[in-house]
Amino acid sequence: MTDSIAMAVARPVASKVHVRYKSPTARGRLPVLVLFLPPALLLFTLFVILPMGEAAWYSLFRWNGYGPPTEFVGLRNFTVLFNNAAFSQALINNGLIIVVSLLLQIPLAIWLAMMLAHKIAGVVAFRLIFFLPYVLADVAAGLIWRFVYDGDYGLFAAIAGFFGVATPYVLADRDLAIYAVLAVVVWKYFGFHMMLFIAGLQAVDRSVLEAAEIDGATGWQKFRYVTLPLLGSTVRLSVFFAIIGSLQLFDLIMPLTGGGPSNATQTMVTFLYTYGVTRMQVGLGSAVGVVLFVICITLAFGYKRIFMRHD
Amino acid sequence: MTDTTTEVRMTAGTRVYLYVSLSLVAALVLVPLLTTALGGFKSLGDLRINPFGLPSGWIWSNYTDILFGERYWRQMTNSLFIAVMTVFLTVVVSAMAAFTFAHVKFFGSGQLMNYFLVGLMFPVATAILPLFIRIRDLGLLDSYWGVILPQVAFGLGMSILLFRNYFRNLPDELFQAAFVDGCGYIRFFWYVSLPLSRPIVATVSIVTFVNSWNSYILPLIMLNTETKYPWPLGIMVYRGEFGTEWQLVLAFITLTILPTVIVFFLAQKHIIAGLTAGAVKS
Repeated sequence: MTDSIAMAVARPVASKVHVRYKSPTARGRLPVLVLFLPPALLLFTLFVILPMGEAAWYSLFRWNGYGPPTEFVGLRNFTVLFNNAAFSQALINNGLIIVVSLLLQIPLAIWLAMMLAHKIAGVVAFRLIFFLPYVLADVAAGLIWRFVYDGDYGLFAAIAGFFGVATPYVLADRDLAIYAVLAVVVWKYFGFHMMLFIAGLQAVDRSVLEAAEIDGATGWQKFRYVTLPLLGSTVRLSVFFAIIGSLQLFDLIMPLTGGGPSNATQTMVTFLYTYGVTRMQVGLGSAVGVVLFVICITLAFGYKRIFMRHD
Repeated sequence: MTDTTTEVRMTAGTRVYLYVSLSLVAALVLVPLLTTALGGFKSLGDLRINPFGLPSGWIWSNYTDILFGERYWRQMTNSLFIAVMTVFLTVVVSAMAAFTFAHVKFFGSGQLMNYFLVGLMFPVATAILPLFIRIRDLGLLDSYWGVILPQVAFGLGMSILLFRNYFRNLPDELFQAAFVDGCGYIRFFWYVSLPLSRPIVATVSIVTFVNSWNSYILPLIMLNTETKYPWPLGIMVYRGEFGTEWQLVLAFITLTILPTVIVFFLAQKHIIAGLTAGAVKS
């Protein structure tokens, strides 16, 4: 688990190469370095590091992507961004997704994982079913739910008809759309978090639970005072993935609402796509990228510092 | 979990509670999927009055028209090609780099490893515009490589980390023995490290393949020609074209997710382990 968290926050790993043998035997070091390192280095620098650096540079310009960037505007893209109502909405929505994940998704995942820890018939099948949405592409899941929510042909229409109420067009409703999206996010990802907790529960020492049982702890007390604290590192891991997932949420939104109606369901990435990519406002789009980057980096380091000291 | 005590003591009430709750959640997962698959067999009118139940008449042509058309297969082939190339390149390139980090002592090795780990910290969307401009300037726009190369690059951080940790845990004696026998690094990599690394190759391949198969934003930005679209893009175009003819859209969705579902059920153990372990253990 310790290592896993190291990966999750990408802890800079000091060089602890296990090479005890010395150069007399380790010959031919140069050819292997010259052959094995450059492909990775080249690809990574060209398509990951340089674009990130360029995003920072381009964010200072007003530029449509053609010819060299010349119209230097300083930090104006950032002021435009933070005064933009749609972007504020995107930030709020990203926050909302994180909150829902913390309050709804993770408890749901723990609850299911605890239930599946019982030795009953069909556990494997249930686990499989719960994990299934996670394997499906976001785009497909989004389209399926677009049908579910459809006011004319979808399942919601039928349910509303059954109760004799007017059909709600949830995805077209400015106030409801984001909750409809949130439900799909939970539907799509709870299985992944459940798997994390199933793995976490397997690491919980049975004897501690038995000791609590002998001391007369009730089921809830056992959970609250033994299991949950022992799941601490898994909870933190799960929170971390929920936050990262929220920050890059895009594929699921596009088929559902495309960020609408009137920007009610924008996230940072859909905002970047709508305003930066489709309108070729490279400066503004890059500024969104920089904001995202800063949030991700702060998160990775801050999270590690605050929550993962003990792991 | 060998939990025999609670099993014996589990009351009928607990059992009912467990099955009812689990079935309820399972229904929430399955109903949208099953109604989608069934909806593909209905007529539009049938879908409108009866979205939940079985079709009143099974209209197979919704499915067969797609299956006998070339569009579906072209999209599948595109996705498959992009995914296979991405997996192949990711495995080869990251295994080689990871090997040097695990076994070759050189100046700046730690710093260089950290350099790659930076890639774990931000998603591809962050740099999507400069990436678009770079791909355009390289003349790779609207080509498969414009999608494959960035996908490989963004998968490197994670793959190198997984491979390096695995290589490091291979017994040192192997390495020493090989060297005494006059084996060089490259031959050691090829004849010892790689054959012993099947589990981690499988993990990296599964994670990379699933990511590539499902990826949307990169092809969306890099490709313009519809004949080159992988299926997540194609399905959106299809939906745009057929608008409210939901029965056709549903049939199309069902057919596009079918391979994923089949492979998932066939290889569920490996896929679940790969996707969770790929994200967690390393």
